[in-house]
Amino acid sequence: MINFVLTRLLRAAVTIAAVVTFAFVVLRMSGDPAQVLLGPDAPQDAVDAFRRAWGLDQPLWVQYLAYLKSIFTGDFGVSMRDKAPAIELVLERLPATLQLTVPALLLKLLIGIPVGVYAALHRQSFADRGVILLAVVGFTIPSFVMGLVLVLIFSVILGVLPSGGQDTWVHGILPTITMSIGGIGILARFSRSAMIEVMGQPFIRTASAKGLKWRDVVWSHALPNAAIPIVTIVGFMVGSLIAGAVVVESIFSWPGIGRLLVVSVTNRDLAVVQCILLVIAAAMVVSNLVVELLYGWLDPRLHARAGH
Amino acid sequence: MSTSASNLVELRDLKVAFDGVQVLHGIDLDIAPGEAVGLVGESGCGKSVTWLAALGLLPGKATVTGSVKLEGREIRGAQRSQLEQVRGGRIAMIFQDPSSSLNPVLRIGRQIVEALAIHRGLAGEAAKAEALRLMDMVGIPDPRRRFDLYAHEFSGGQCQRLMIAMALAGEPDLLIADEPTTALDATIQAQILDLLIRLRNETGMALVFISHDLGAVSQVCERVCVMYAGRIVEEGTVEQLFSDPQHPYTRGLFDAIPSIDGPRRRLIPIPGTVPNPSDLPQGCSFSPRCPQATAICKTALPPLLSRGRGRKLACVQPAQPVKTGMVRDRMPEAVML
Amino acid sequence: MTPLLEAKNLSRVYQVRRGYFARPNPVRAVDDISVVVMPGETLGIVGESGSGKSTLGRMLLGIDPAQAGEVKLEHKPMPPLRSAQWRALRAKMQLVYQDPLAALDRRLTIAAQIGEPLDIHQIGTKEQRTAQVEELMAAVGLRRDQAGRYPHELSGGQRQRAVIARALATRPSLLVCDEPVAALDVSIQAQVVNMLRDLQEQYGMAMVFISHDLKVVRNVADRVAVMYLGKIVEEGSSDTIFRSPRHPYTKALVSSMPVPGKQLQGRIILQGEPPNPAVRPTGCAFHPRCPLAIDLCRTNAPALRRVGVQRTAACHLVAGDAAAVAA
Repeated sequence: MINFVLTRLLRAAVTIAAVVTFAFVVLRMSGDPAQVLLGPDAPQDAVDAFRRAWGLDQPLWVQYLAYLKSIFTGDFGVSMRDKAPAIELVLERLPATLQLTVPALLLKLLIGIPVGVYAALHRQSFADRGVILLAVVGFTIPSFVMGLVLVLIFSVILGVLPSGGQDTWVHGILPTITMSIGGIGILARFSRSAMIEVMGQPFIRTASAKGLKWRDVVWSHALPNAAIPIVTIVGFMVGSLIAGAVVVESIFSWPGIGRLLVVSVTNRDLAVVQCILLVIAAAMVVSNLVVELLYGWLDPRLHARAGH
Repeated sequence: MSTSASNLVELRDLKVAFDGVQVLHGIDLDIAPGEAVGLVGESGCGKSVTWLAALGLLPGKATVTGSVKLEGREIRGAQRSQLEQVRGGRIAMIFQDPSSSLNPVLRIGRQIVEALAIHRGLAGEAAKAEALRLMDMVGIPDPRRRFDLYAHEFSGGQCQRLMIAMALAGEPDLLIADEPTTALDATIQAQILDLLIRLRNETGMALVFISHDLGAVSQVCERVCVMYAGRIVEEGTVEQLFSDPQHPYTRGLFDAIPSIDGPRRRLIPIPGTVPNPSDLPQGCSFSPRCPQATAICKTALPPLLSRGRGRKLACVQPAQPVKTGMVRDRMPEAVML
Repeated sequence: MTPLLEAKNLSRVYQVRRGYFARPNPVRAVDDISVVVMPGETLGIVGESGSGKSTLGRMLLGIDPAQAGEVKLEHKPMPPLRSAQWRALRAKMQLVYQDPLAALDRRLTIAAQIGEPLDIHQIGTKEQRTAQVEELMAAVGLRRDQAGRYPHELSGGQRQRAVIARALATRPSLLVCDEPVAALDVSIQAQVVNMLRDLQEQYGMAMVFISHDLKVVRNVADRVAVMYLGKIVEEGSSDTIFRSPRHPYTKALVSSMPVPGKQLQGRIILQGEPPNPAVRPTGCAFHPRCPLAIDLCRTNAPALRRVGVQRTAACHLVAGDAAAVAA
């Protein structure tokens, strides 16, 4: 078990290091923050002074080492624009993002999984075909299109819901729905195929053959097995709770981390962008770890493989 | 065929079609209490489908017609709750691939206890004690320690023993064993056959042994039905069938088995392949592969007719009596004595 | 006569590791095995799952490299894995295994697949290859009109015929068949077994026939080696080894075979199951299941010794020549 945890932790550390490095290099190669922040007409002296102040005149590897050093000491840099610590800016926005993404995740789980399971148990029925069709529609339409369509219908035509802002919980309805529809589709389809796969397994026939009630066959024999692949997808969704908010927050002018990221990228605010990417990567890695641990709990076969 | 009240199970004209393709063409079969009947044939002949259909275990796309009577009571098309009492309680079933027939994420003990709860109303410590007794009975060493293990922690042979324990939990009157030894190694096959014979003697339950292995069938059963392309083509006692197979297909099956003693010889295959159920030949389904087929075989379907002394045959051109030399190869020792 | 294939002291140990930080656990799949295959001869290898028979087959072909010992084909040592010489040697040694559907490419017609080895080893002109594919199909009993079929359009037996035709395309001098008929129905099994025997006679190749089915092996092989947990426990001519098995394991194996019409009474039913190869018992690996085991068996592993004419067995309780068989 210790061996299992050590292996996973090592893998997590490598993943985060890769993301940090990648973000660092790409950001520094994709435009000069001095130029962006100071404007195209800024005098060369000012630009040079800005670069010296932020260490941008150093060779890339020196900057990188300095950055790594500061991360390890808990310093995530200072926003070039607001002069405030980047981590504070990010944490300040976190609650707003979670206000959207957590309800959206609940919607995905509470609608996607039961609908998928129902479709699997009523295969080839009218309901099943409907679920497949709606699921495909749900996850093929990009969220910015979906968001705009919803705004058009509910804000512009019907005028029942606000199209942007964060003033009341009513403002959260459209962004939450926009954010969850794709995930509902994906989960419904995935749960359906996982369940169909499990229902075709010999042990389900065994459960029926020993006289178990249909309901018990589904609940205590099929669902625990179908849960294993479903957890993978759910884990991925939890991991991308923050990353998934970027587009929707921009459409609905929701002041969360996603919008902060878009603004910071435009301004070449390196410290903030790096900090957000680090948070996103950390969320991914942590949820992956949780999924792996859940696997071990759901699937006893993995115990043996993981050196129980 | 006379209906006798003494039969445990009676199948009459049982037919199954999958998506409109008929795979079972009217099976008539009686199982008396306590007897062991073998169902023999190659893959796709319908030997497993017969019993899955009888217990209502086929998927929804299957259409089942005919009659399945348990002690004179019709169970085909019965209420789900009624069928659930029959399954595992009156008629239990074990399958070919024991490792995947057990639920991988539930503890073994729980799976056995579940059956005890349904059919015998046992719970808690009483259920556990009975489950341990059953595990011990089927030869699982140290059952107390293994009660909480999962299927993957047992070997294939042990999984089949556990399946048998689970089947015995409902104290069934009939155990359907569907190719129970096919996936197992030779020495383990012998153990499981031995176990089935012993348990049948101890419990007095009837046994239907479905297998493609004539050798295994002849060790476990008293009566054998040979199936081909969804029909029973020959039926008789083990001795009758093994000493004097009359259907050319039965003959062919025997001849195709390589012998373990005597001179090494060329094997005698049955030419051709099993027909596709959606494209069965006219007349007797076996006629395209049959060395004795005549014109009539290719036009008229031979009915399964009684030939006296419990034998039945569906053939208008029965195989010639076997030459003495060959009988010796095949004949059971019991008959030779 | 000089041997076609000579394998000496072959060993293959798999390191089973569970995670980066775990201590590797050695599994001796093949443990110090020596075999000889004469030209045109069939060597049968029987054993239960986990006995290492498939690994041995792959090692004889050089697909699974030996960690100890060596394989010589026509007195030449096996070239390094995946070298040019090694690839060229593939034309001389071919493998047929249990599942023909997995061995065939679903997207290619069977004629294309049978001709593939000819293309790879660039044998003959295009016309000659086409002619040879037709000849091979006829030899394995496939009809001309089946050339354009895809694997899923054929039956199991027909697919195995196609796989065998492909293996024969380069006229190999050695064919290793790993459970070639295990997935087939009895009546079709006999067709394929007969065909293999005919082809062997016709092409004059040697065969290693790996199977769990003693009845089939007896009717195909000239010589049979019985494996248990990575070792050969008995070897002899197929006529004698099944008629009068000497090793207690072979005895049990022969006796466990259900023979139509014979009752189970009087059979040797072994207790227990083959142990996990990762936790090999001490001494003779068979001793925990052996009805005859004595103290010596628990501590000392018996060597493979000559116990008769062309007959070897690894058992303390089988009388034989004093000297162990020179490995």
